[in-house]
Amino acid sequence: MNERTMLSEERHFENMIQAESICTAENLVYERPGTLLDVTMHYCPGCGHGVAHRLLMEVVDELGIQSQTIGIAPVGCSVFAYNYMNIDMQEAAHGRATAAATGIKRVLPEKYVFTYQGDGDLAAIGTGETIHTCNRGENILIVFINNGVYGMTGGQMAPTTLPGMKTTTSPYGRDVKVQGYPLKIADIVATLPGSFYVTRQAVHTPAYVRKAKKAMLKSFQYQKLGKGTCFIEIVSNCPSNWKMTPVESNRWVKEHMLPYYPLGDLKVPSEKETAQ
Amino acid sequence: MAKVKGDIVIDIEKCKGCELCVEACPQETLGLSKKVNSRGYLYVVKIQDNCTGCVNCALVCPDAVLKVYRKTLGKENPVAVVSNVTQDLTLTVNK
Repeated sequence: MNERTMLSEERHFENMIQAESICTAENLVYERPGTLLDVTMHYCPGCGHGVAHRLLMEVVDELGIQSQTIGIAPVGCSVFAYNYMNIDMQEAAHGRATAAATGIKRVLPEKYVFTYQGDGDLAAIGTGETIHTCNRGENILIVFINNGVYGMTGGQMAPTTLPGMKTTTSPYGRDVKVQGYPLKIADIVATLPGSFYVTRQAVHTPAYVRKAKKAMLKSFQYQKLGKGTCFIEIVSNCPSNWKMTPVESNRWVKEHMLPYYPLGDLKVPSEKETAQ
Repeated sequence: MAKVKGDIVIDIEKCKGCELCVEACPQETLGLSKKVNSRGYLYVVKIQDNCTGCVNCALVCPDAVLKVYRKTLGKENPVAVVSNVTQDLTLTVNK
């Protein structure tokens, strides 16, 4: 066999490798988490709820706590969260998810309990429950999705709506003299002695998605210590009610939401507190 | 540097065509289809074969429709690296 034929054969072999499908189990790097049920979600295209659901379920999968986790579904767009998460779930009255979670955690203290709420549920009708739950330092995780609008009911103004932002009930933009200023719930919760870990995250770019997942992982681990409430605010989008495409809405999150709701940890426990 | 090849599998029936993955892909591998799925949405398809398996598309996908594969092709990793700084080592290779 001369050199030329060897070279051409080598090249042929390389082409064979290129053409071969790499879709095999050992090359798999990312897959839909097993605890997220295999159904189509009812959310609008591009909604941040889907990412938040997926991250929560990935964390539950990674920690292997599917049978020990109890979630509380809210009222709002994510009212059907129990249809998508393959864990024990409880539906709560509007705004009362943290109260329901308090009861469940006190009866079953060894379980991991989390609530999943939007801004209409947690920051408007359930402000009292939220603040008192955090003040009592209940050992639960509160996941708060903040998109600055009431999504399910058709885009009305929420307490978290930005100044000047147009909604169906503030068609000329939110006037702070009449309707007040946007409520920074995470900052309020961070000042309470009962809260243990308070952070604000976003899900509009891959890097922030990774950070949000890390925050969720930490919160579930902290829950085992039993030292207080973990609170994660996720700044999200609402393409339908902001009347934008999903890509535009994510850009709007970056340009308008994040300056008012800066991302990062608002309360981090010290190393001494997290030592077991 | 070893060459990395990636591939994705798209669950077209769950895709809603939000294009967030198209925006997130650094290689411009993804694009929207010309046809619609059974729910009437345009879905995401691969328009180029230059995927590196970086997972960005799957991270931003709200409906978790993407499965990502990655394989390192080409040069194998060396079994051992010997650095002979002081020049007092002699290396013999048994053939």
